[in-house]
Formats: sequence, C-alpha cells, structure tokens
Amino acid sequence: MAYLTTHPDVVPVISFRFGKGAADIDRYLELDGYKSVRKCFEMEPDAIINEVKTSGLRGRGGAGFPAGMKWSFVPKESAKPKYILVNGDESEPGTCKDRLIFEHDPHSVIEGVLIAGLAVGAKMGFIYLRGEYRFLIEIMEKAVADAYQRGFLGKGIFGTKHDFEIVVQTGAGAYEVGEESALMESLEGKRGVPRIRPPFPAVAGLYGGPTIINNAETIATVPHIFRIGAKEYAALGTERNGGTRLFCLSGHLEKPGVYELPMGYNLKKMIYEVGGGIPNGKKLKAVVPGGSSTPVLLPEEIDIGMDFDQVAKAGSMLGSGGVVVLDETVCMVEFALRTIKFYQHESCGWCIPCREGTDWLKKSLTRLHMGGAVDKDIDQIKYIADNMLGRTFCPLGDAAAMPTAAFVKKFRKEFEDHLNGKGCPYHPAPDYELATV
Amino acid sequence: MADVTFTVDGKQLTAPKGTLLIEACRKAGIEIPAFCYYPGLSLQGACRMCVVRVEKMPKLQTACTTPVADGMVVTTESPEIAQARKATIELLLGNHPLDCPVCDAGGECELQDMTFKYGAHQSQFVEIKNHREEQQWSPVVYFDRPRCILCYRCVRVCGEGMDVWALGIQNRGSGAVIAPNKQDHLECEECGMCIDICPVGALTSGTYRYKTRPWEMSHVSTVCTHCADGCKTTLGVRRADDGMEIVRGDNRDKSGFNNDFLCIKGRYAFDFASREDRITQPLLKQPDGQFKPATWDEALDFAGKQLREIRDTRGGKSIGVIGSTRITNEEAYLLQKFARTVLGTNNIDHHRTADYPSFLAALKAKGQKEASIRDFADAKAILVLGSDPTEQHPLLAWQIRNNVRNNQARLYAANHQDIKLRRQATGFLKIQQENYGALIAFLAGNEKTFEGNANAAGFREALRKEESIVIAFGSEYRGRDIEALIAFGAGFPNVKFACLGDYANSRGASDMGLLPDLLPGYVPVTGAGSFMQEYGAALPQTAGMDMVQMFDAAGRGELAALYVASADPVKRFGVDPAALKNTFLIVQDMFLTETAKLADVILPAANLYEKAGTATNTYGDLQLVKKAGDKAGVRSDFDLIVRLAGHMGHDIKSLVPFGKGLLADFGQSRGTQSGEADRHAVWLTAHQLELKASPFDPFAIFDEIQRLVPAYDLPRLDLMAGNDEHLKSDLVQIQTGATRRDLVLPSNDTLFTSGTLGEYSQMLHSVMESRKQSPAETAAD
Repeated sequence: MAYLTTHPDVVPVISFRFGKGAADIDRYLELDGYKSVRKCFEMEPDAIINEVKTSGLRGRGGAGFPAGMKWSFVPKESAKPKYILVNGDESEPGTCKDRLIFEHDPHSVIEGVLIAGLAVGAKMGFIYLRGEYRFLIEIMEKAVADAYQRGFLGKGIFGTKHDFEIVVQTGAGAYEVGEESALMESLEGKRGVPRIRPPFPAVAGLYGGPTIINNAETIATVPHIFRIGAKEYAALGTERNGGTRLFCLSGHLEKPGVYELPMGYNLKKMIYEVGGGIPNGKKLKAVVPGGSSTPVLLPEEIDIGMDFDQVAKAGSMLGSGGVVVLDETVCMVEFALRTIKFYQHESCGWCIPCREGTDWLKKSLTRLHMGGAVDKDIDQIKYIADNMLGRTFCPLGDAAAMPTAAFVKKFRKEFEDHLNGKGCPYHPAPDYELATV
Repeated sequence: MADVTFTVDGKQLTAPKGTLLIEACRKAGIEIPAFCYYPGLSLQGACRMCVVRVEKMPKLQTACTTPVADGMVVTTESPEIAQARKATIELLLGNHPLDCPVCDAGGECELQDMTFKYGAHQSQFVEIKNHREEQQWSPVVYFDRPRCILCYRCVRVCGEGMDVWALGIQNRGSGAVIAPNKQDHLECEECGMCIDICPVGALTSGTYRYKTRPWEMSHVSTVCTHCADGCKTTLGVRRADDGMEIVRGDNRDKSGFNNDFLCIKGRYAFDFASREDRITQPLLKQPDGQFKPATWDEALDFAGKQLREIRDTRGGKSIGVIGSTRITNEEAYLLQKFARTVLGTNNIDHHRTADYPSFLAALKAKGQKEASIRDFADAKAILVLGSDPTEQHPLLAWQIRNNVRNNQARLYAANHQDIKLRRQATGFLKIQQENYGALIAFLAGNEKTFEGNANAAGFREALRKEESIVIAFGSEYRGRDIEALIAFGAGFPNVKFACLGDYANSRGASDMGLLPDLLPGYVPVTGAGSFMQEYGAALPQTAGMDMVQMFDAAGRGELAALYVASADPVKRFGVDPAALKNTFLIVQDMFLTETAKLADVILPAANLYEKAGTATNTYGDLQLVKKAGDKAGVRSDFDLIVRLAGHMGHDIKSLVPFGKGLLADFGQSRGTQSGEADRHAVWLTAHQLELKASPFDPFAIFDEIQRLVPAYDLPRLDLMAGNDEHLKSDLVQIQTGATRRDLVLPSNDTLFTSGTLGEYSQMLHSVMESRKQSPAETAAD
C-alpha cells in the first residue's frame, strides 16, 4: 500500500476514503458508499447530466474537457449499445493519482460508472487499467466481483429494473493507449493506434456504439459530487474549474506525494508549503506543471493558480496534475532528453511526424548532450519540434514537441553550454547508459 | 446525395455530400499529395502529406479524412502547407536510404517525386540511419525495411482488397515494421498487389528487381494471356539478343476494367516467353524419330505438300484441325476458315472449358443480358453458382470483394466446396457436386431435392428479395442446366448472366467457330450461306468430328493428318501416343509439348504477348491485344496459317482479304500510325490503285469478322484506344445448344497453375515449391 501523505490545505473529497480500507465493500458502504448511485436512480438522466455540468467537473486526464458536456453528446436513441469506458491507462510521467484511487477506493470507480450509465442509458462499462498496474488488477477485480455479489452489478441492480455489467481489462503497456481512441482499439483487441475523428466516441466509439470515455479520476469524482452536492463541489474550486483534484508532486521536494487540493491552488504555495520546498537548500530551477508533456515553467512563472485556464495563460497546461519540480542541479538538456526518450519509445509509429520526429529529436538531443553538436543543431531541434506541433495524427506528437520547444526556448543558454565538444557541465563524465540506450 | 458547394484555392467546386476533400480536389484537377491515401482502401491519415488549410480550423487538416461541407473554404498550396509537407519529407528522408540510383523504384517513386516538388534536398541529420537487412518473404516478394515509409497501403490492399491479411505491423514508433504472416515469410496468394501499391522501393518483385530501370523499358498495354478474366496488363519490355524480353507485368496506368489489379499469373508468369528451351526454328522429324532443324521454306514446303496431297487423295474429311484457347480472335477465325475453305473439313475443335453455345443460345431471346466483368463492380447483388473465383477468376473475386466492401453489395454463393468468397457472402449454400442442376429447380420453386433443407430455404428466401442481380456460373452448368438457369434468372426484374470459362481466349475460340458444328457467330454449318458468299467458296455442310472423335478416328487409322495450333491435346485429353502413329501431324507451338513430341513438323509459334489482334474474355468483353515485341525465330499463328496455305498452293488473298476494306490496316502490322494508314488507303482508292497491305494483317480479318459475326460489329474507335467493348450477346444464330455434345473439360487451374503455359513458367513452379516447403495452411484458410 502506497504511503499516504497530507497537508492542512488538503480538501479530501476524492481522497476522503483513502487509507480507510474502502477497498472492502462493507467498509465502502459504511463510508457512504453506493449512496450517490441510489440517489441517481430517483433522477431523470438529464438531471444527472445537469448536476455534473453544475459541478464544473473537467476531465482529469489532461485535456480538461467539461465532463457533463461530454456526457450530453451521447445520443438518446442508438441502434448500437452504449458503453461507459474508464481510462485507467495512467502513463504520463509525473502522474500517479489514478493508482491511488484504484488501490484505496475502487468502488468509487464502479459507482461513477453506474451513474454515468444511468445518465446516458448505457448497460455496460469497461475499466481499462494500465498494463503495468498489475497489482491493481486484483483489487479492482475483487471490487467488481463484490459488487456483483451484492447485486450492485448484473441483472436488476440495487433491486431496480436496471441491468449493468462491468469488465476489467488491462493494457499491454503502451502510453499511446491512454489516448481515448487508441484505448478503444486496444480494448477491441487491435493494435493500439488512434482512430480518425470524427466520428467522436460519444457518437461511434467502442464497437461502433456511443461511448463515454472518462479518466479514472473524473469518473471516481462523480459519486462525490452527488455525495456533497454539485454546487458545493463547484464552490471548492475556481470559476469554470470546479472542485478539487489530485496533484502529484514529485521531483526535488521535501515532501513529494499525492495531495488533493482545490482547483486554482497556487503553484508556488504548492511547492514551498504543501511539498515542503526544495531539499538541501538548493534553488528551484524549473517546474513541469502537469505531466511530462506540458511545457516547463521557470521559477518566476510559478506564482499562478493551478487550474486549466490560469496555467494555459502562463503558456503551459494543467494536464494530468503531475507537478515535477527540478532544482538547480538538473541539466535541462538531459531532462529534455529523458522526456523525449520516453515519447520516442512510446510513439505508436502511425504517423510520420511523430514516428520520425521523436526519433530524430532523441538522436539530436543525445548528441547535443554529449557535446557533439554545433550551434545550428539547437535550431534544428527547435525546427523538428515546431514541425511536429499540430501536424501529428494524435496529441502524442504535440506532447513530445511542446516540452522540447519550451526547453529550447527557456534554457537556450544551457543548450549552448553543451556545444562544440564541451559536453554536459553538470555531469562531466558522459552518461553513456543514457546516451546509448 | 445532395451536392455541396465549397471553395478550393479560390475556385468554386461542387461535389456530392460526404465526398472526401482529396477526391473532390483531384476530380477538379487540383493535386493533393498523399502517400497513405489510396482510393478504395480504408482511411489512415498517417502520412500527413495531404494537409490543407481549411478556414476556421485551428490546425492544418488532412484532406484525405475531411469530407467536403457547404461553404468550406480551402487552401491547398501556401508557404505554410509547403513547409509542412517539406518537413514531413525531411523527416522521412532522415531514415530513408538515398540509394535512388540503384533502387528499383527510382524514376517511378512517389517519395522521389514529392522530394522533387517540395525541395527537401538538404539533410540536417548526422546520426546513422536505422537499418535492417533486406528480407525475402517469398520467391516473388522482397522487403527492404529502411526504404519503407509505413503508408500501410500494402497492409490494407492485402487485407481489405485481397482478403488475405498476410501483412501486419510489428513493433511501434521508429521501430515499427511491416511483417509477413509466417514469421519470416509470406503465405499468401502471391498476387504482388503489395509490390504494385508500394509508393517507394520497399517491396520489390522477385522477377523484376534490379534487372532494369523503368525508363529503359517500353511499356506495352495488352491483355493477360492466362485466365479468362482478360485483365489488362502493362508489360515492361526491353531489348534482348533475340528481340525482346518481358521483364515486368503490372497495370500502373489503371486503364482497364481490372484497374490496378493483377494476380500472380498476370504479374509474374510471363517468363515462359524467355525460356531457353523455347523452339526457335522449324523442326522436321527424321526417320530415326529425332527432330532436325530446318529452314522455314523446307518445313513449310514439306508440310504444305503433304497436307495438299492428303486432302487431294483422301479428302478433307480425313484431316483434323485443333485450335487454341490462347490465340487471338483473328487467328482462331483464320484457322477455321483455313480448315473449311483450304482443307475442306469441319473436323475442327479446341479445348472447351465452358458451354458457351448453350449459354448464348439460351440468352438469345432475353436481349442484352450478358454481364460484363464491369457489372460485378457495381451490381447490387451477385449470385455465384459453382466455380471458385478466387482460384480460377481472380479478377472476378476482386471485383466482388470490392463491391461488397465499398458498396455493401450482397453476395450469394452455392458451391460443393467451401470457397473463400463465402467470407464475403450474405448467403452461402453448400451442395453436393451432383446437385447443381437440382439447385436451379429448387430456386425456381421445385422442392424435390432440397426438401426440408432449412439453409437452402433461407438461401432461396433471401434471393427472392433481390430485384437486381448478376449471376455467374461455372462449368458445372452445361446444356439443359444452363437453359434452366437462364429461365430461372429471367424471373428477376433486372438480371445479367456470366458464363465462366477458363483461358485467355476460350470465349473467342468458341465465338470464332473452332467447333465441328458451328461457324463463327454460332452459325450452324448446315446454314453457311452468308459465309460461302463472303468466302466465294463452297463449305462442307455436315458437322465434322469433335476432339474426341478425331482421336478415336486416328486410333482407327482414319485420320490422315492433324494440324494443331498452339494446343497440347495429347496431354490435356490423355491421348495414347500410339493412336497418332499413322497420322501426319503438324504442330505449331512454343515448346516441345507432349503433342509436339509426336509431330512430323514443328513450327515455332509466338505467344499472345508477341502478336497483335483482339481477344474476348469470358464475360464477352472484347479487347485489343498489342504486340510487346518480336522474338527472333518464331512466327504468330496467324502468319503460320497464311504461309501454310500459301505453301499448299492456295491463293492467300482469298484467305486474308487484305487491302479489301479501307478499315483494314490500322498500322498495327507495319508500325505506322493508324490515321496515316487510313489516309493512305483513301488516297490509293481515289487513284484506283490497290492497297498494298500485308497478308499478315490481323485487321483485314477483323473486318471480315465484323461483317460476318454481328455480335462483334462494334464501334472500333474505343477498342483501338485500348478500351474494352462488350459484345452484343443476343445475336447468335442457333436456337439451343442443349442437344449438342458439350465436351467441356474444366481446366481446374488454381491461382498457381495455368494449363500448358503454367507448366513452362519457372516462376509459378518456384512459388509452388516454396509452398510445399512450408506446408501450413493455405492462404485461403
């Protein structure tokens, strides 16, 4: 069980059952479990969707699309079955929130799926877990089995005339499958590559049926909205950014961990107070605010509220809430290389700009970090990143290009310090493992 | 669907709603580059070359996945777009080997063309390229990963187009690679569509690779010599010591009804033409049984003299003639004319693979009801009775698959085998081999044989709901069964029929009267009036001996001479060689076949790729056969028939009315431009001079065919332009074929065999050998 950490500013809404043994269904029921879904049985589908809209809940996977609006896109009538799909393929480096939900509160995911199902008239849900999260499968499968056993899933759930089935499925370890259409391909047993849109999943998704696909945190938040009230939930956050979210603080911090904080919480405060500041008296160098695909922020740019709109205004993205803090000892070229190596490894290879672009970025950055580059190579890296941006089939290409472009722009001096045979000033002995892998 | 109006590069265009932007632009003459987009295959959006600017959209959009919409404003060329395309090419070239000077695709490579257009000529990368060794996947398919740009065309054409699914993708990212279905090799139909569709030189053909450069070949668009589908093929031909060598078959100009489709045979099995053991000089059998080379005059003199003597002493009835299913219409026609007017015999036949006379007689009263191969591409519903199109009619199978996939056509099939096409079928009915006739009775409402068979009842029920249907049937149907089938089919409000025979010009051989009882156009030999008038000669009026009767007669010593043109009846019909020991045998062929071995005189013959004329596919589509080139030492069957007649002392002008009609010579035989020949003819006529055309001009005979066979009296311009023309199938003279002896012997060829020609194709043998070595499931499974 993961070590849980907290801070006085934490507002435990999603995390209110964390560490309380709620993976056990009885314990979950004691902690007001499955009460929200019972409420929803009394409500019209449109009323459920309106509550979610009122709550201001925005997608926690990274794009921040309003959840209630997404639900409202599903057509009322459909010849094909509708599906609720939980995206638990948490793979963005710096992000480790969904695993806590699956580990500590798996029933909230099930309950969220049931509510979404009532809202759009679906009778089947899939919970897609990241392939590497092997240890969570057992927990999640047990939760589903318990729910079946109690009659919360299956035929005539909760003694009503409603039926609902849930299947737990794992991926095979591909970041790309976190992209919603690639996830559906994977779930259908195909190669995990994204689909052409339109049609959007809400119209034709899994097996061609209208599909709601939500991040695990988003769907797990839904029962809590009905537990505490939509308006009350919305009031916890800022305008157009309702409620709280799980922030994953990592990197050079005294107290890294997952903290549930209100949307719009100040980033500087998050680092220096919640996270306990930078250890060993070192200075802050940079912050990646929302997972590795978001452009880096400089220390002077972090006095902002952490909600989708304010971070976007600062030129980055709130993303998946993975805040990575870097101190002055970090070589930004090496960090850029680390980042691009991940995307190069995870590119599905479908489209040319991403497949070839990530590969050449990796090669160029490797050489630059080793000291084998000259001035124009920095521009060349920027050129590749610029020409990937907005040109790829799915957002993975952007996810690789955006941070790279930001690293070059904001730390050009550091890149220049590596040139002409000088090599890395931070690690004078070249990191051969890093350079050659 | 309703049309929408939109603007592209300032031009206002309209297109049906739902049309893809890339297609709408191409139709309007605006080229949008694309690697992964391929008409008819599923959309990929993978290469990002077709990006365009659509107003009000934040990013560049891919034209291949964007449907046109009313009021859409599109820009297809701008500095921004050119830069995006250039960057994509730069990224591709980063890993792509720049070995264009030796690459097979050099000169016809889409990546090369795009690089030229967008000027991505500077490499910024100094790192080594990702490399993998080249792999051989089958005798005819090689894969060079570094050259691959991962457009997935091959994967899709193999899966969606061929329904073989032998190609897939392994790994991901920059390590992604196209992979064959059996670890290190392919087990598939070896159609080579993947090679043809590859925009670069990643997939190369085992028969063509590294032999020549595209610009060193001449490209001749003609008709494939193998099955009866009559695919158009573009032969890549280059000069060789003995005239010419065919080095490639494809259909890159997509001008025929087969579009870009070719099967293994059309694409690779032309190698028989360049075999070492091909006969290239006349041979005379010596008393010791050995063949001795002779000059043309010696051989023709000897053959002509013998034939003349036998005719004059023992009469035409003692002479037999066997024609071919792979010669042109003009040659088949000329052969029967030679037999009937010069030899004075109706003993003429060929290897029949379908009962065309019964089919056409049954259709006669129904109007224009014969289906062209084109009809299968857009029919609402298709019924296939018997035959296995995937093996015997690859183009038909391709048309059906595409129609089912792209237009949701409904396929119904009944067969005694689990044919592969059943995967596309809405309804499939497995029947006993002897029940094909009974099936028609059942479909027409008679319950007897299939009583209580729920599958059959469901099949019939579904079929009855169809209003517009095309029915194709194999050689399982003959005579009365065909009559019953046509009578049943005529019950559909809108119906067309196709009779599936086996070889390139089986239909032509039958249409041109290589039959003992029927003249060209299925005119009974008893009613030969118009022919006698045209020929100015008497014709034998009683039916002659058919193939079987001729060999029986030979066995009894009653067949004094036999003239075989490009056929191997001894092997096909299992004739006892002893039966022919007292028969004077003249054989013209490419190889020392079983029949040729027994010959007294062997005349080296050209094949369909080495001659001009016309050929008719089994669906009654007439096409022009063009000569790829001359081979030293061989002559066309046409040439040989005319020369043989001449050496018999016959007036060849009465055989080939050359110079008779102004239409005669289209320049094919003399290499002049067609219009030039016509003007020349007009001028000669105006001055009361005789047209000095060649006696070997097939079009002099084609004129005569058009005069005598109404079905072939089609406008010629389209044909001459290389298009196909559908015969007027209702113009036959016989009332029924059902009382005839049909003598149909299906070839039972597979995808990898092709009668005699297949036996002489090294490539087909090597493919079959490689399949024996890995005896897993066949591609059809």
